[in-house]
Amino acid sequence: MPKITINGKEIEFDKGMTVLQACELANVEIPRFCYHEKLSIAGNCRMCLVEMEKSPKPIASCAMPAAEGMNIKTNTYLVEKARKGVMEFLLANHPLDCPVCDQGGECDLQDQSLYYGVDKSRFVENKRDVKEKYMGPLIKTQMTRCIHCTRCVRFATEVAGVPEIGAIGRGENMQITTYLEKSMESELSANVIDLCPVGALTSKPYAFEARPWELKKTESVDVMDAVGSNIRVDTYNWEVKRILPRLNNDINEEWISDKTRYSCDGLLKQRLDVPYIKKENKLQKSNWDEALDLLIKKIKEVQPNEIAGHIGDMINMENALGFKKLFNLIKSNNLEFREKKFYINSSEKINYIFGSSINGIEQSDLILLIGTNPRHEASMLNARIRKAFVQKKVPIFSIGDPGDLTYDYKIISDKTDEIKKIINNESELSNKILSAKNPIIIIGESVLELESGKYIFEEIKNFLIQNNKISQEWNPLNILIQNASTVGLLDLKIIPDQKENNFTFFDNLENKKFKLLYLLGSDNLDFKKDNEFVVYQGSHGDRGAEVADIVLPSATYTEQEGLYENLEGRVQECKKASYPIGEALEDWKIFNRIIKKMGLNGTTNFDQLRKEVLNSIPNFSDLNELPKNVESKNSKIQSNFVSEKITIRELDYYYTNSISRSSKTMSECRQIRQKIKKDGTNN
Amino acid sequence: MSLKKVHEDQPKDFKFNSENLKKVEEIFKRYPEKNKKSAVMPLLYLAQKQNDNWIPLAAMKYIANYLSIPYMSVYEVATFYTMYNLAPVGKHFIQVCTTTPCLIRGADKIVKLCKEKISPNENEISKQGSCSWMEVECLGACVSAPMVQVNDDYYEDLDEKSTKDILESLIKDKPLKPGSYRGRKNTAPEQKLNTKGENHA
Repeated sequence: MPKITINGKEIEFDKGMTVLQACELANVEIPRFCYHEKLSIAGNCRMCLVEMEKSPKPIASCAMPAAEGMNIKTNTYLVEKARKGVMEFLLANHPLDCPVCDQGGECDLQDQSLYYGVDKSRFVENKRDVKEKYMGPLIKTQMTRCIHCTRCVRFATEVAGVPEIGAIGRGENMQITTYLEKSMESELSANVIDLCPVGALTSKPYAFEARPWELKKTESVDVMDAVGSNIRVDTYNWEVKRILPRLNNDINEEWISDKTRYSCDGLLKQRLDVPYIKKENKLQKSNWDEALDLLIKKIKEVQPNEIAGHIGDMINMENALGFKKLFNLIKSNNLEFREKKFYINSSEKINYIFGSSINGIEQSDLILLIGTNPRHEASMLNARIRKAFVQKKVPIFSIGDPGDLTYDYKIISDKTDEIKKIINNESELSNKILSAKNPIIIIGESVLELESGKYIFEEIKNFLIQNNKISQEWNPLNILIQNASTVGLLDLKIIPDQKENNFTFFDNLENKKFKLLYLLGSDNLDFKKDNEFVVYQGSHGDRGAEVADIVLPSATYTEQEGLYENLEGRVQECKKASYPIGEALEDWKIFNRIIKKMGLNGTTNFDQLRKEVLNSIPNFSDLNELPKNVESKNSKIQSNFVSEKITIRELDYYYTNSISRSSKTMSECRQIRQKIKKDGTNN
Repeated sequence: MSLKKVHEDQPKDFKFNSENLKKVEEIFKRYPEKNKKSAVMPLLYLAQKQNDNWIPLAAMKYIANYLSIPYMSVYEVATFYTMYNLAPVGKHFIQVCTTTPCLIRGADKIVKLCKEKISPNENEISKQGSCSWMEVECLGACVSAPMVQVNDDYYEDLDEKSTKDILESLIKDKPLKPGSYRGRKNTAPEQKLNTKGENHA
């Protein structure tokens, strides 16, 4: 390995590193504004100047490749003077409005000027003033504060794939703006707020809400989609003020989607705080005793097999297990968690996880999307596909038309016949898949909903196994699950094992066989209510509560501990950041109350539930780790092929769950998106 | 020089005419296929020529689609360079050089005349005739300072009187001849002598 000397200390570095990265290896801190690990190098802020031996001038360390034998000094008078000079220039036009700036307390410029700045300004001219720019409902701008680092521009073009932000004008008049001040049409747009080193781009919904040092920070995971992005929940008293991304290179890198970030205002609205009972066709406030008494009366009135339970999209594994235990006690096994009738074979783990792993996308050399729109179904995963596309020019194919995915791809066909051709080695694509070293096939829920969903999944799996494509090193079979709870619930065997008919619950529901329907945080189940007695246990007054006869208030994902399994099968812990509102309780506590009131034995506590959950996860390796790679059993399953058109189910991106539907910010985003759709393109 | 603003009243459509489309083909030949987007600057210039010396947004969109690059990229280029006009200019577009050599030879007087004769502010179309003026940086004709550029022509070696005549002729839409107004041929010395002391050809 080549060696470089930094401040008299010799260290080894990897080839291709920059001087700045080498300095980081040597634990030498270099101030910077424009440089960002995950973005391309711009080298325009000049804050990272260091002294290099034999160079008459200081060099920008972020843009200078490190080379063998370089002698770098970062603590000399020259470097100090250079940094002071750069800082003085940056501050020349920067307003002194830190007391009213939302970035205050977490501002790079503020922090660095403390160390490298001078105490007074020599700039006597008028300061530059720039008008505020409109960038959509999420980003508040104060462009006078901008120091032109162009991080936001690079993020929009490189990561988000929507080249809508740019720098117009030149010199002193350079301004950062979106094209004609339209709102940014991306699911990742709000990440530019985190990237902005100053207070030029700040969060609009969070404007003047709190100072960073007043907030309690809890490291948690997101449940808006199945990606399981790592987040930090910032709370002030019980209120969740904001949600920020947490670095995890295996999942979300440094970004999160707008839905993850801004659904949090939905946690304060439309909340269920006390139990409700429907009287005279109206939900009326009640109390726990009355509500549970009524529930138990109803449970006792009907046969156990007439009771059914549906588990929602954001329920953690402990609560689901508690629910299953409750149902065991009342001797019913009519449990379901899918919202639509999509085929899933829960016999082994490989059948329902994203086998290649999110990190693996970067190593792939061919990506085939079958009936999925990853941009809306899993925005962070889509960003990874884009990364692979940009860095390695990976060829991407799609069966079905998902619309704009922020990268180029080729639509092969929108018929299931094409899949049959691939499986029978009749398509061009079969050869490409077979000759590729690390192919990735992503199967979406939309295609599993088809009549030939079973055929498509089982035969593709068969095709891959027979051609020795699934190995210990590489698993090309990926299912793109949409809901945060799904993988975990499959692991807990919530759906009773049934080889023949995968959709017993739905059939019974349609045939009105259920008399009591217990919805556990389930708002997206599509059914017509007749005479069923509906119990809704959840956090928000949404679609589920609307049809309910009893409403039991429970906690949201930020208000209780719990395990979630993301689409890769990675078990992650969601932490309690706040506490349930009003009389609301954690779900498992409610089940305990029911069990106690019914006079049954079998109450549990949280630790017990967690232990049991961890023991029942197949192929479990460790928390936050990928599941163990277990060889797949090749069992032939009979299935029928039907020639159909593949339509990808349109996802109302900003309105997918009860929290985002309650959020004001999300509905603003949705309105703008719909307007753009109606008026044609954004431009 | 402040930030150039796009004009409020924008035409809906823009398309290169057949003559310019041929020129576009020529321009594309200068760049390798994979660097087709480099043609953005000549194309913008061509669009400006076709559209009465200014570039509407429709033309930027048209060029962006033509080169398959984002609208924003074309917009950035068009706002960066000062010689792309983003709002309508007069039929006679007068650019007054006010960089040092011209200024010490009296460019400020030319600016004053422009304010009197054409319009009190830069980039305003005159009430009489169709003229507009703006101050620009060095036009590279320092040897015959002070000077102005009217559309594609240079008027050099000006003084107050000659400038007045030129401006009046432009307002009447009967422009005087471009070139030196002290009778110089090109940039030759004034005493009809070349550097070797001989009579100029």
